[in-house]
Amino acid sequence: MLKDITLGQFFPGNSALHKADPRMKIILTMLYIVFVFLAKATLSYIFVVFFTVVLVIISKIKPVIILKALKPLIFIMIFTAFFNIFWTKGDSTPLFEYKFIKIYKEGIVFAVLMIVRIACILTGSCVLLTYTTSPIALTDGLEQLLAPLKKIRVPVHEFAMMMTIALRFIPTLIEETDKIMNAQKARGADFNSGGLIKRARALLPVLIPLFASSFRRASELATAMECRCYRGDKGRTRMTKLHYKPVDLFLLILMVTFGVIIIVINIYLIDILNFSV
Amino acid sequence: MENFEKSGINSITENLKNTDIDEKKTPFIKIENVSFSYDSDEDEAPLPPVLKDVSLEIKKGSFVALLGHNGSGKSTLAKLINLILIPTKGKIYIDGTDITSESLTEDEMYGIRRRIGMVFQNPDNQLVATVVEEDVAFGPENLGIEPSEIRRRVDEALQTVNMTQYKKHSPHQLSGGQKQRVAIAGIIAMLPECIIFDESTAMLDPGGRKDVMNTIEYLNREKGITVIHITHNMDEAVRADRVVVINDGTIFLDGTPKEVFSKVQELRTVGLDVPQVTELFYELNYRGIDVDFSELDEKKCAEALANVIIQNRK
Repeated sequence: MLKDITLGQFFPGNSALHKADPRMKIILTMLYIVFVFLAKATLSYIFVVFFTVVLVIISKIKPVIILKALKPLIFIMIFTAFFNIFWTKGDSTPLFEYKFIKIYKEGIVFAVLMIVRIACILTGSCVLLTYTTSPIALTDGLEQLLAPLKKIRVPVHEFAMMMTIALRFIPTLIEETDKIMNAQKARGADFNSGGLIKRARALLPVLIPLFASSFRRASELATAMECRCYRGDKGRTRMTKLHYKPVDLFLLILMVTFGVIIIVINIYLIDILNFSV
Repeated sequence: MENFEKSGINSITENLKNTDIDEKKTPFIKIENVSFSYDSDEDEAPLPPVLKDVSLEIKKGSFVALLGHNGSGKSTLAKLINLILIPTKGKIYIDGTDITSESLTEDEMYGIRRRIGMVFQNPDNQLVATVVEEDVAFGPENLGIEPSEIRRRVDEALQTVNMTQYKKHSPHQLSGGQKQRVAIAGIIAMLPECIIFDESTAMLDPGGRKDVMNTIEYLNREKGITVIHITHNMDEAVRADRVVVINDGTIFLDGTPKEVFSKVQELRTVGLDVPQVTELFYELNYRGIDVDFSELDEKKCAEALANVIIQNRK
């Protein structure tokens, strides 16, 4: 049952975004988030939605998968929208008034835009990064992108190594948890009934052996790594070196164009379709 | 680092050519009066030594099985050879270099670890990366080798252990025996001259065990790699050229499998079994049926048995 958890939500594929360099994708994701926050006018929001759809099409990820990713955030979106509707004060007369509750046109527009913003940022970063990049490529990308920080003694390599090992051992530990839970069930443990506290306490006999065995694994792994001449970053090379490819340039140009259009709209076209902030 | 790496490659190819000459010269591994005890906690009495005054010589290209029951000190001996542990007393020489000397530099230490690889018991706890080929590359990457050369070595190592088709898999998708073969590939990609298998078959199912044993034998016979195989399984020990039995921190028996396994009673006194074939013949002799029980091969054993039956009929 625990095996069903998908790791890092990576969906293997063959699209331009899958082929792009992980470093470039990290940069693009950051740019994308900044640009979305720069958008002010309603027109630019329409354009943000359009661009996000373009990204989804490029990634060849099924829209159903993206809707599933948005599902857990529905509560946050409604929450945000709710506060925006009731707490935004407009200049015009309220559309609806009941005692102290006043709803303005601006409030509704703002609430809708906030939902669009959250949905777009989430979709965009999923498509750009997590859905199209394997966790290991992501770690490699981060390590190489942050490599300059090594000069000021930030242990970048060590963090990347820890990430890699964590990713490597997640399936192993999940399997082990399953085994321990079954062993405890065989001895009469009950994980599925009772209140929250009772259930949490029932998990204790699972966690303790799991911790004990993790420490034993860690020590064995350390010895094995020493035997394979591991000594941190010192004198280490990599088999696969990351190279920027034409597709990376194409994506960068696309992203920059997106940013420029957003800024142009902000400066010159802010009054068109403007119900906004 | 790079110089020693290149010399490593050269020495392997040279050694393959000159094995006969080398064997007559100094032994590859020479252990001289080595004792070892683990550090005890401050207030407690010192722990008893795990190894007592052990001396052992291992020739290049040989296949040595190291036997002994739990706690006999066989794993400790293995860890001393590749410098994971340092002996409390005595000297260890690898190819003539004293690895226990105080003046050993860090580079020399890693050089020894490269030349003497080690494969452990639990395959899960030795794989570092989430992709098979990345894991095999881990050792060579640590040695600072050129990317193209690493690629070549990884492909070759995976070919050697017959795991090429799984190179893009993630370790948790593989069976125990397959994982152990990946671990072996990770070691051979560093081009070692000797590999120590520390109960590497103990956790595997019969199929995986057979695959791993065949790989070990192939590495020894075809690639000329010196193998030290620590095991509990007597039928695996039979496949070695030499069997060393360790009991209570000292060497108890040392000889060819035939010699060692003919001493059934001695082996039983230290809590070890003998191969099934030997046991059968020993029991037959004990009950007065005269057969030569020095044969360890199952086929030959069957033939010998058939002869006995035919003779008895007459």
